[in-house]
Amino acid sequence: MNLSFRRKAVNAVMLTLTGVCTVLVAGSLLVILGYLAWNGLASLNVEFFTKLPTPPGEMGGGMANAILGSAKVLLVAMLIGVPIGFMAAVYLAEFGSGSFSGVVRYATDLLNGVPSIVIGIFAYAIIVLPMRHPSTFAGGVALGIMMIPIALRTTEEFLRAVPVSLREGAMALGASRSRTIFTVVIPAAKSGILSGLMLNLARVAGETAPLLFTTLGNPFWSVGWMQPTATLPQMIFTYAISPYDDWRRQAWAAGFVLLVLVLTVNAAARFTIGRTSARGRS
Amino acid sequence: MTDNLDTMSPRQAREPEAQQSVTPGNPSGGAPYSKSTIKLSAEHLNFYYGDFQALHDVNLSVHEKQITALIGPSGCGKSTFLRTINRISETIRHTRVEGLITLEGSDILKMDVTSLRRRVGMVFQRPNPFPKSIYDNVAYGVRVNGIDKGKSLDEIVEQSLKRAALWEEVKDKLQQSALALSGGQQQRLCIARALAVDPEVLLLDEPCSALDPIATAKIEDLLFALKSQCTIVIVTHNMQQAARTADDTGFFLLGKLIEFDRTEVMFRKPSQKQTEDYITGRFG
Repeated sequence: MNLSFRRKAVNAVMLTLTGVCTVLVAGSLLVILGYLAWNGLASLNVEFFTKLPTPPGEMGGGMANAILGSAKVLLVAMLIGVPIGFMAAVYLAEFGSGSFSGVVRYATDLLNGVPSIVIGIFAYAIIVLPMRHPSTFAGGVALGIMMIPIALRTTEEFLRAVPVSLREGAMALGASRSRTIFTVVIPAAKSGILSGLMLNLARVAGETAPLLFTTLGNPFWSVGWMQPTATLPQMIFTYAISPYDDWRRQAWAAGFVLLVLVLTVNAAARFTIGRTSARGRS
Repeated sequence: MTDNLDTMSPRQAREPEAQQSVTPGNPSGGAPYSKSTIKLSAEHLNFYYGDFQALHDVNLSVHEKQITALIGPSGCGKSTFLRTINRISETIRHTRVEGLITLEGSDILKMDVTSLRRRVGMVFQRPNPFPKSIYDNVAYGVRVNGIDKGKSLDEIVEQSLKRAALWEEVKDKLQQSALALSGGQQQRLCIARALAVDPEVLLLDEPCSALDPIATAKIEDLLFALKSQCTIVIVTHNMQQAARTADDTGFFLLGKLIEFDRTEVMFRKPSQKQTEDYITGRFG
């Protein structure tokens, strides 16, 4: 009887503890979102998305240049990181064997673990210094390098998940190995690969450290790809530590916008995946 | 043994060849291969997965425009044998073939693998339609191999679906996903896909094992219809299916071809004790 009471007590305590921690996990997201909204929503208006920043002391203005700047940097990053990661994943999943692939996978994991600021310094050294000024391109290279490992691992995983029977089916019809990969295997893994890309973008969209010294920042529109540019994370950093109330409110608003963007992309990725697995079952 | 006589379907009995009496001069006592030539033959075939030998000295001849069934318990090597015929076995690493397989007299191991697979089609155990439209599934092999002159892709797709007895069911939804079809329809789609490149030999690896009896009956009907156009080799777990459909039957056990003969001989008076034990259900 005594023993059974103890068991029940331990069970109740553990259940409460795990429950509370679960609530904390979900709750912290809601708290962050709520706090950002509380502080930033007041500055969130049409001007925020359409106007350039104003000088300190002058009210109003927006972050249109930073939003466009972030989009441009992410585009460059995607064009660099995704093809490299994707093609390497095709090699590893379809042709790779033995120790070489193992080494590549291990190197990928290490690359994934490299602190983002170190990647920033690297991009600074190889692009910003020779060019003598920061640029959209340099920021894109830094984020692109960060995208490679995730692009590789997610693509490889989804390619491997394509059943052998599909590959055999295509090859039994006379398709070569590479034709099978490009006409059957990759299309079958398409939505998985696409959702991996979205999650990857969402992850690097908020990276700040590598951008501080590769894109620097710019209070005006950035022309072309070789000029310094404002980006959302960098604007949050600059505005949040400024002494002006109006700027700090705008930093909260920018944070809110960035978070909502990331959450939207995440949700879209999950939707894409969900649809795939539902189709796969039929 | 009398049980097995009952399993011979009326369809099989109606086949003119099956009604022929035992002919003197044919040592096996089966019906002679009238006007039929050897399409495919294996000589001293050994197959290895790494160190494991899956086939031991298999000698077997497949006759043109006949249905040849391969039976035997799981893991006996019958699927492995089938997969060496179109060399799809090569896609698995660390496998090795010894011996000779000839298609109309020429060594398949020396052939260009793409043209071999165009001549020798295959249907797998589980329906494996590509996640594409019905049309694109059937057109796949044709697109890979190039279109025969004088025929449009639309015609080939329609003709192949008709040959696979699927046209009536799908003609209004050719652009829909093949994955929305039922299992039996998917398997007939896979047969249509294989037929689209007009193969001389069709290999079927337990094509009905994932299907219900009605879908199975449809596939068997289909095999009879296809027999006039191509040579069929079918691996099956289902002995009634072999008895119903096949002209010749081979019995595999532990990687060896124990016995190979006309189907009615195999099921009425097999010469090997092991064959008799297997088909009367004493093991396997």
